[in-house]
Amino acid sequence: MTVQQYTFLFVGLTFSLYLFVAWRARVRDTGGFYVAGRGVPAIANGMATAADWMSAASFLGMAGSISLLGYAGGVYLMGWTGGFVLLAVLLAPYLRKFGRFTVPDFVGDRFESGTARFVALLCALFISFTYVAGQMRGVGIVFARFLEVDVTIGVIIGMALVFVYATLGGMKGITYTQVAQYWVLICAFVIPVAAISWQLTGQPVPQLGMGSVVTGSGAQGAGERLLDILNAIHEDLGFLSYTDAFTGNWDRTNVFCTTLALMVGTAGLPHVIVRFYTVKNVRAARWSGFWALLFISFLYLSAPATAAFARYYVINSLDGKVESELPSWYQTWSKTGLIVWLDDGDGELAYRGAGRPGENELFRIGKLSKAEFEGITSDHQQWLDTGGDQGRDGRVIMTERKLDGPDADILVLAMPEMANLAAWIIALVAAGGLAAALSTASGLLLVISSSIAHDFYYRMIRPDATEAQRLRLSRITIGVAVVIAGIVGIYPPGFVAQVVAFAFGLAASSFFPVLVLGIFSVRVGAVPAVAGMVSGIGFTGTYILSTVYFGVDHWCFGIGPQGIGTIGMLVNFAVAGVLTPFCKPPSQAVRKLVQSIRDPEEEVDAGPPVAH
Amino acid sequence: MRLTFGLLIVWAIVGLGCGVLLADVLNQFTFLGFPLGFWFAQQGAIITFVVLILIYALTMARLDRRLRTDLQAIAAEENAS
Repeated sequence: MTVQQYTFLFVGLTFSLYLFVAWRARVRDTGGFYVAGRGVPAIANGMATAADWMSAASFLGMAGSISLLGYAGGVYLMGWTGGFVLLAVLLAPYLRKFGRFTVPDFVGDRFESGTARFVALLCALFISFTYVAGQMRGVGIVFARFLEVDVTIGVIIGMALVFVYATLGGMKGITYTQVAQYWVLICAFVIPVAAISWQLTGQPVPQLGMGSVVTGSGAQGAGERLLDILNAIHEDLGFLSYTDAFTGNWDRTNVFCTTLALMVGTAGLPHVIVRFYTVKNVRAARWSGFWALLFISFLYLSAPATAAFARYYVINSLDGKVESELPSWYQTWSKTGLIVWLDDGDGELAYRGAGRPGENELFRIGKLSKAEFEGITSDHQQWLDTGGDQGRDGRVIMTERKLDGPDADILVLAMPEMANLAAWIIALVAAGGLAAALSTASGLLLVISSSIAHDFYYRMIRPDATEAQRLRLSRITIGVAVVIAGIVGIYPPGFVAQVVAFAFGLAASSFFPVLVLGIFSVRVGAVPAVAGMVSGIGFTGTYILSTVYFGVDHWCFGIGPQGIGTIGMLVNFAVAGVLTPFCKPPSQAVRKLVQSIRDPEEEVDAGPPVAH
Repeated sequence: MRLTFGLLIVWAIVGLGCGVLLADVLNQFTFLGFPLGFWFAQQGAIITFVVLILIYALTMARLDRRLRTDLQAIAAEENAS
């Protein structure tokens, strides 16, 4: 069977599985729709949280980024897992005890303020929408490459699937589908990397293989440690060292701030927090935090190995090769524009780093339109033909546009092909990428739907709405959200991909401080909380906009836009802290409530929240 | 609360300290074939995080249980008298 037939088989099988699971878990009330009736066991919730959390970015993009960044790629690994410690220790058990449906719900009730609820609602919607658009891009890439269908059709198929199981089962359907998706994605990630590790180093555990000696006969650098080989090649070709810390733009301040912003942002993401509302009691919330991170760590501990192996294969299979020697994976991927070669006339491909300027010949199209890129290539051809008299060197233009090197998103998908693994493994990776994108998309869509149907409509506009009305509205909003997300996926506005990375900074500077203050202080009232949220997200948003889109210098201690959420968070805490002594404390009832959530829990949990 | 504080200190030392602030110093040493600072950033920190949450969940479960038995004992005494 060919790769494509296997892919159709796997994608068909996994999609039927998701639909079957969703049908078994369909629901009839809002409690089931929003928080799965609060009856999800901790271990299943942990698995669902892991799938929810590990998005197309974790599955497709992260290992690729680490591969290109080396040591600095660790910011994603540490940031995205370290945030779970904050979440599990500081937030999840307390939020569960407070017992509401959503994050804006908690903010609104704790600070007794419709404004606070509304600001939190806007933040949640904004973060979720930018994030979901990124997932749809992932679905599009997988469909376009492996099933050779149009990206548009790919996105529509994905959206139709999410639509069916999310409207049918709400949180309950999504939770149990995510459990299934977790298994698909983790197998799809770990099996190929273990196979490659075994092939390259004779060590089937990739985490150890990465530090081992390369043994494969005829392999480049056989007899030396993989990481030493990578460092040597990197130095040779003008790349920054793979394992050394604080190279290039990634100085100590930036690595620190970016790591912290990602950690704190993780703890403030609404679609992750809401998962802790689905379990039976506080104890289960603590345990599902543990299970979630354990399941996540299986992928996150393998990703650095994937990254190192991919780096080894990319350089060895491309650099110094002539056209006829190029591997078939290069040919298929270059059609997508995610990797392109502009030769300097000697017919040999040269992949070089910034240390050897003007020599690199490997690029990606990035956000250039087809016509723009064709213009560059024809100018480049003319430049070659006339020996430099006419036309322009395309490589110079591409470097000016910062399009050196292949796109990070293709490395995970292409790696099994680089290492010549069996066809079914390649197909499995495609199914895994889809599982990762769909599971995250469905979790986010539910946050969007519950924000609108529950927080906005029921709590702010029509508090007298009946159960049936609210459930119907939830299903309608999730449908509308699916359609909007689909449209954004088909026609991605240029800024989406960047904004996804910044969603963490925004979450770090808005939600995290307000949740921590809301739980651990009885004194902070509505005004400081709202002022903190607005100033934190305002500062972070302005800094990102001005540095990324208007080319302003990184004026704040040289911190890049990815790490600025750390400062935004401090601004938020500072503003709330300064204003608190001058503002009205919360009412007696709220103070009692806040105090009670820190008490040890009763034998039987209070069950459904009081306010309903 | 003391437990929370302690765990967060370990979290900061391992994650931000060994993984980031001291990475270049630790890179002089080798561990399992990795430069040590690099290993902390890409493996060690994650393993530590998982263990931290496990310790938290276990300890809190034990505290809950002890508090509950204490409360029951008090209630029983009150009933008896």
